[in-house]
Amino acid sequence: MIQFQNVTKRFGDFTAIDNLTIDIFEREFFALLGPSGCGKTTMMRMLAGFESPTEGKIFLAGQDIAPVPPNQRAVNMMFQSYALFPHLSVWENIAFGLKREGMPKPEINARVDEMLRLTRLEKFARRRPHQISGGQRQRVALARSLAKAPKLLLLDEPLGALDRKLREETQFELMDIQEKTGTTFVIVTHDQEEAMTVASRVAVMDNGQVMQVATPADIYEAPNSVYVADFIGDVNLIEGKVTATGEGTFALHWRDGAEPLRVKSPTGFSEGQTAHLAIRPEKVTISAERPADAANAVQGKVLDIAYLGNLSTYHVELPTGDIIKAQTANTRRISRRDYTWEDTVWLSWTATGGILLAN
Amino acid sequence: MKRLSAFNVVSLTFGFAFLYVPMLILILFSFNESKLVTVWAGFSTKWYGELMQNDAMLQAAWVTIKVAVFSSTIATVLGTMAAYVLVRSGRFLGRTLFSGMIYAPLVMPEVITGLSLLLLFIGIGLDRGVLTIVLAHTTFSMCYVSVVVSSRLATFDRSLEEAALDLGCSAAEAFRLVTLPIIAPAVVSGWLLAFTLSLDDLVIASFTTGPAATTLPIKIFSAVRLGVSPEINALSTIMITVVTVGVIGASLVSKRALVKQRQEEQDAVRAS
Amino acid sequence: MGRHRLAVLDRHRRHLVGELMRRFLLIAIPYIWLLALFLVPFVIVLKISLSDAAIARPPYFPQFDWAEGIRAFIAELDFENFIWLVEDDLYWKAYLSSLRIALTSTVLTLIVGYPIAYGMARAPEEWRPTLMMLVILPFWTSFLIRVYAWKGILSNEGFLNQFLLWSGLVSEPLQILNTTTAVYIGIVYTYLPFMILPIYAALDRMDDSLIEAAEDLGCSRFSAFWLVTVPLSKGGIIAGCFLVFIPAMGEFVIPSLLGGSDTLMIGKVLWEEFFSNRDWPVASAVAVVLLLILVVPIVLFQRNQQKEQESEQ
Repeated sequence: MIQFQNVTKRFGDFTAIDNLTIDIFEREFFALLGPSGCGKTTMMRMLAGFESPTEGKIFLAGQDIAPVPPNQRAVNMMFQSYALFPHLSVWENIAFGLKREGMPKPEINARVDEMLRLTRLEKFARRRPHQISGGQRQRVALARSLAKAPKLLLLDEPLGALDRKLREETQFELMDIQEKTGTTFVIVTHDQEEAMTVASRVAVMDNGQVMQVATPADIYEAPNSVYVADFIGDVNLIEGKVTATGEGTFALHWRDGAEPLRVKSPTGFSEGQTAHLAIRPEKVTISAERPADAANAVQGKVLDIAYLGNLSTYHVELPTGDIIKAQTANTRRISRRDYTWEDTVWLSWTATGGILLAN
Repeated sequence: MKRLSAFNVVSLTFGFAFLYVPMLILILFSFNESKLVTVWAGFSTKWYGELMQNDAMLQAAWVTIKVAVFSSTIATVLGTMAAYVLVRSGRFLGRTLFSGMIYAPLVMPEVITGLSLLLLFIGIGLDRGVLTIVLAHTTFSMCYVSVVVSSRLATFDRSLEEAALDLGCSAAEAFRLVTLPIIAPAVVSGWLLAFTLSLDDLVIASFTTGPAATTLPIKIFSAVRLGVSPEINALSTIMITVVTVGVIGASLVSKRALVKQRQEEQDAVRAS
Repeated sequence: MGRHRLAVLDRHRRHLVGELMRRFLLIAIPYIWLLALFLVPFVIVLKISLSDAAIARPPYFPQFDWAEGIRAFIAELDFENFIWLVEDDLYWKAYLSSLRIALTSTVLTLIVGYPIAYGMARAPEEWRPTLMMLVILPFWTSFLIRVYAWKGILSNEGFLNQFLLWSGLVSEPLQILNTTTAVYIGIVYTYLPFMILPIYAALDRMDDSLIEAAEDLGCSRFSAFWLVTVPLSKGGIIAGCFLVFIPAMGEFVIPSLLGGSDTLMIGKVLWEEFFSNRDWPVASAVAVVLLLILVVPIVLFQRNQQKEQESEQ
């Protein structure tokens, strides 16, 4: 439904978006995820019409939207600050766009009521924005931007201003509303948990470029670059030189004298190429003895233990000085830890537990 | 609770006495029976009566109010436009000159502004009178309006305007339906400021006026140059009262609105 | 491309043209107004200051004549009036005296205003809006009336003298009205709010715990004030001083109502040159020189304001 074709946006000398090509499909919940300043907000503002691309084209439903001013686009935006009009009531805020369209009065009433029901705001219709709580304001902003039934709804950090608990509830509400209305949602966020929870596809961005577009599971389990692996979640990165040992299996020589690590990878590597092994801490098993059948095992000393309640993360220092993180679920209430500081432990993982990434 | 030290109490007392005692004396002696404004001779309101009989004075008051209404209204429109340009229009040709021309009249000695405008009016052959004073007052008070309005616009959340555009407004509609209602208090106080500046102005009006249009300050100035007169005291008292009531009233209204809004915000937080 | 698409594109284009037109008008209207009524008049003042006085209407020479062309016109202009300003000691004495009066009264206003601003900033929170309004209120009241109020107080039989005689401090009335002292009092009185407000704003922003920290680190009360409070309110002090000094320099009402014949101020000289002597070229030259003197403080003032704004962010 939306296509960015070789879009570049420059502000003076600064390149916010660099030759970006991306497709967003109908009825999709699409997330743009990246650190601040990566260009995600600029992309969204180009879709809304507040910025125009320096080069390249953006198509909405097959039509180039460059000459269409923001007030005539079938795109609505929910602003990070919500941008609720303080001088208008909740009802008038939601009806604002409909009135501009010249919709007949009875239809406006019906549509606003529908929106109020959808966002469970019926009781607050007559209030002014400053008379309701932050969570309610967020829902008014959502109702207002959905009222015109846009083809595409843009959400700029929609949950950034809410506290953690409310944010989690609202995430599910958002998904629910997206499903009910069938609108295409594009959300901008720097919060990876939020992107992973709500979106059907995630684009990870950095420095004006899209690093990877995939489902949340693929982004996490099969990152295509060191950047994505490092940006999403916690990861151990081990650098080394690759040699092929068989069909789809490789050995990573990561330290002189250390046993090479065995990895399976669908992508090919040339002999002696430098690569990173990315392995998530929860895929690393910690044990007192060396497991007999482990593809990879290293010995080290427990340096630090981070107790997170449901999980514990062990920071283990290897004799080479490298630190590897291993995570275990605390499935039983702890009366006594199995391992403590300064204990010598074995870390092990399978050949498919990690992913080998070229630089 | 912080307590004021003796030094602070003394300095505040003397400071505010210094600011207000002269005006209180002025008001007191407007009710003096005697023509001498330094000797108390009993309570009387006869000077107010005489003031009401003074046609020249009333005529001047009428001219002054007319000038002030027109000039402050035009100045508010132009000043708001200028403020919008300063805050929102980004770069354009001659922007530095533009902002210079907005800020310079604020600190320009009035004698220079007055002289230069007079020479302009003579140069283009414009008859001096109400029109020329209105033009002159508009020019310097629009700068005050634009400073007041632009400081409000600078703190204005720009995404409100973008939201209006996003919901189908043209730029003009967004200004009329969203920006203007929100900055309205600043626009109103800009108008009030322009209005009082115009009411008070002596120097620029003296330069740009003609024989047909004498404003109140010009009249007062020529009267007090000769000495003090209880009639002027009466007039001053009326003007001071009007301003005081206006300013205190306006600040009470805005304070009450603020208190109400805070209360409602707290209620909303508590209710959720 | 279908007919409908063309119509849509056409509407967008017209829309765009309309927006550009609006933007142009929005900038052009106030711009042209200020050019015509602020900048052009200055050019005229400059031009007339280079002309010669003449007994005519308007009373100066040369008049601009299209037939003779610009070159001939410029040839007639000269710096005679400026030379006159230098040669006649009335003018440079008036400039110097204005400068001295403006400087002295700025310092006096600071001395009177600082303790008030300090007291306000130290006052209980709930008093401050009221105190603030008490300072702003005189600003809304007619300048002329506030100056006039002092005429009745300072005259020989005025309240100040009555009070001084009654208390036995003096045995005969002091001549205050129509002296430079009265001008100082008038300037301090009328410009006091301009001094108090920026200093108060600076002091109000200051964190009280800074003083406590200074005292904790061994400062006496006075040295804490001198080493912490004063430097932190420097921006406010500078802004206040400029706000008093710049307009005081060109002041006309105060010297003509409260000052005597020996009080020379350039605003008054300009006024008399224009209205009494009807010497427009000399009046214009006086204005040009006054402006040149004020350019430096005005530029410094705007620098200071910018710096303050930046430090706030």
